[in-house]
Amino acid sequence: MSRVKELQKVTIHFAGDSGDGIQLAGSQFTNTTALAGNDLSTFPDFPAEIRAPIGTVAGVSGFQINFGSVEIDTPGGRPDVLVAMNAAAYHKNISNLKNGGVVIANTAGFDKRNLKLAGYAENENPLDSKPQDIQFHEVDITKLNREALLDLAISPREKDRSRNMFALGFVYFLYSRSLENTLSFFKEKFASKPEVLEANVRSLKAGYHYGDTIEALQRYRIEKAQLPAGDYRNITGNQALALGLIAAAQKANLDLFYAGYPITPASDILHELARHKNFGVKTFQAEDEIAAITAAIGSAFAGGLAVTATSGPGMALKTEGLGLALMLELPMVVVNVQRGGPSTGLPTKTEQSDLLQAVYGRNGEAPVPVIAAHSPADCFNAALEAAKMAVEHMTPVILLSDGYLANGSEPWAFPKAKDLPTITAALAGADVENYQPYQRNENLVRPWALPGTPGLEHRLGGLEKEDITGNVSYDAENHQKMVRIRAAKVSAIANTYPPSHLLQGAATGDVLVLGWGNTLGAIKVAVGQALAQGLAVGQLHLRHIHPLPSDLKSILQGYRQVLVPELNNGQLVHLLRDQFLIDAIALDKIKGQPFLAEEILNKIKEIATHE
Amino acid sequence: MSSPVAPYTAKDFSSDQEVKWCPGCGDYSILKQMQTVVPTLGIKREDLVFISGIGCSSRFPYYMNTYGMHSIHGRAPAVATGLKLTNPNLSVWVITGDGDGLSIGGNHLIHLLRRNLDLNILLFNNEIYGLTKGQYSPTSEFGKYTKSSPLGSLDHPFNPLALALGADATFVARTVDRDPVHLREILAAAHHHKGSSFIEVYQNCNVFNDGTFAAFTDKAQKANTTLELKEGKPLIFANGEKGIRLDGLKPVVVNLSEGFSANDLWVHDSYDATKAHILSRFFDDSLPRPMGILYQEKRFTYDEAFANQMAKAHEILGEPDLDKLLRGKNSWTVE
Repeated sequence: MSRVKELQKVTIHFAGDSGDGIQLAGSQFTNTTALAGNDLSTFPDFPAEIRAPIGTVAGVSGFQINFGSVEIDTPGGRPDVLVAMNAAAYHKNISNLKNGGVVIANTAGFDKRNLKLAGYAENENPLDSKPQDIQFHEVDITKLNREALLDLAISPREKDRSRNMFALGFVYFLYSRSLENTLSFFKEKFASKPEVLEANVRSLKAGYHYGDTIEALQRYRIEKAQLPAGDYRNITGNQALALGLIAAAQKANLDLFYAGYPITPASDILHELARHKNFGVKTFQAEDEIAAITAAIGSAFAGGLAVTATSGPGMALKTEGLGLALMLELPMVVVNVQRGGPSTGLPTKTEQSDLLQAVYGRNGEAPVPVIAAHSPADCFNAALEAAKMAVEHMTPVILLSDGYLANGSEPWAFPKAKDLPTITAALAGADVENYQPYQRNENLVRPWALPGTPGLEHRLGGLEKEDITGNVSYDAENHQKMVRIRAAKVSAIANTYPPSHLLQGAATGDVLVLGWGNTLGAIKVAVGQALAQGLAVGQLHLRHIHPLPSDLKSILQGYRQVLVPELNNGQLVHLLRDQFLIDAIALDKIKGQPFLAEEILNKIKEIATHE
Repeated sequence: MSSPVAPYTAKDFSSDQEVKWCPGCGDYSILKQMQTVVPTLGIKREDLVFISGIGCSSRFPYYMNTYGMHSIHGRAPAVATGLKLTNPNLSVWVITGDGDGLSIGGNHLIHLLRRNLDLNILLFNNEIYGLTKGQYSPTSEFGKYTKSSPLGSLDHPFNPLALALGADATFVARTVDRDPVHLREILAAAHHHKGSSFIEVYQNCNVFNDGTFAAFTDKAQKANTTLELKEGKPLIFANGEKGIRLDGLKPVVVNLSEGFSANDLWVHDSYDATKAHILSRFFDDSLPRPMGILYQEKRFTYDEAFANQMAKAHEILGEPDLDKLLRGKNSWTVE
């Protein structure tokens, strides 16, 4: 009989070849865990190649989940459990495993060939010299799985394809999880392939029952988390972002027009939106990044809620289009799901290195509002806010996400449609007399007149325009005036922000940890621990990168030092110096990986004033 | 479709902006023919939109009293695509040039043509970069001497109509700035065609490339150098003295006074793709340059298919319910 032990939180790292179905196993474990009521955070980490060289360390695909009955803010640092489907997966991850951790190793993946591919020396097998403090479950998953599928009329190759589900079944047993969610997922996914359905069902159950047959196996139970009351679902950042855009279009009573060109890690936004055309969502896969943004501009002219999304290299191509949109003063959301750069960089790894590009990267005096999402579920709010800002202020808005937010997931207390903010487009009605395209309201916002409206015929263009009429103007005084009006219009958006508030700590103190984007969770954990250790620290997280909140400077001045952890080479630090002459301390990490809380905590301790 | 269209005149389509092309530019004629022909097309003024890129020709929208956008270099086809997909009721006209449409924007042009959105593309071809003061363009002849090619250009020129046919355009025509009647006919035909209508307009740049099309516009020469295509009629030119017959797939010029009659000649059928490809290759001095509609076909338009797919999605997925969408398939409640 197995023993069951209660745990507060666990971090599991699934790892295998990029063809091993690690991401599927990970996302199934995640959904099941979410439905079991745990709080969680995930981090998929995979190579840029679809099928990277088999058996090698470069080809290892990983999926980490941190879940628990307590609040979970990050995908966890060092995992408690490593599921290694082959020797390369073991090699890559074993040094990261916590002391006293658990390894589930597929022994078939440690044969001579795999050991060699993983870089082990001749006759060296790490399973022969296991670290003492780590508990090993050595299971010949490949063999057991084949046996479970023995009488199925599918090829051996196809049989092996469901061995990830054997591993998942075993992990489900260890963590006392129900198979129901994954079984119903199979039924839907493999509805048209009964033999594949059967194989996956059998593999999952075989893995689970295998756990049951082992004597004296340690099992674990993680109680439900005490999340705030509400309705929850699990969601990835890209999904949440897509839903935020749809919600914004519904609230604004506009049709969503999304133009995109496939690019990692932004493509899933297009995939998600393309599934919801009954919401009036128009998706257009353009011939290139430039066509995507300019098609969005065309849509904005015609009255669509125009959106395009991309990642770094695509953002570079969209630069001229952004300039046109801000010159035309048409609403548009441009999403940059950042990845490692420069150039093609690290397509599947995360980074926050497009911040300065977003704020400054255009020809001419070209201010564009920039906002940043800070967690997978928050991508919904950020998208909704970006769309509202664009439509109500007649401006392109850049929304920054990143690969970690895009592919990571967490439970989301989804809102009710009726509770979402209203969005009021600055539309000009047909009753406007003597329509002037650049006649502005008190917020310096010009009226949006749509083709098809009689009497409002007008021409827009990228040439400098005369104030009020919008006619082409090369007048010197007018140009200076227009540059300043466009800047003032964007600056005025800061007046609509809610007051900034510290997430942790007092209004004054020693170290304020200021972050933006995906660092929120890691900073939260680090600052929480620093506070518990008696340090005078605070946490502030920026949603609005440009314009910065007008109360930011006074908050920063409440602290002796400002620490900015960023996944770049100190870009927000530049911005703070630029705007406030504040010499913030940078904590930079440019490794394609999110921060670990301990890295931030160590830095806080290093700079904290010890009295 | 509902209310009748007001009886417009050309003046109704003239904006209050001063036209700033060089005196004598071929663009004036194209603008005038457009302003003259649109009142006859049954389009409401508010439903007309002109989208251009960058270049001399791309100033065109500023002078039309309709909706318009002077966008960025080469991207007008993409802007027009987003516009048309957002409001399919609009009559959309893309105004571009040989540099804008075939060089920096070549990619967008071919993709627009293959998708076949229901809109019209006017490519003003003057075989030169005018607005940047006279560099050779992608349609300039090989060996052209310009400021950027003092020893002669090394680029083999594009054949715009062959390119359009290669991109599976569904309406391909050529006309010329100096022939107002023909220009108006082609503009009207382009409007009536359902799909992407591609019109190459030979346009004289009297400052940087004066007379480049003189052979096709000069009264003394044009009878021998041009071939006016008339649907269902034999290919006859040179004031009725010469004709073209097909020897297999090879076009041969024959003299009608030397034993050939109209019955021996190639009869123009603009729906014949093979013949259109041959016609598009009438591109050197050995054959007269065809003017008119080289090719047209009826093919579903992208915007139509797009709208059908939206309707079908609605049918399959049902009425949109935002709360249901936000909830997703697997949710749970924390009390």
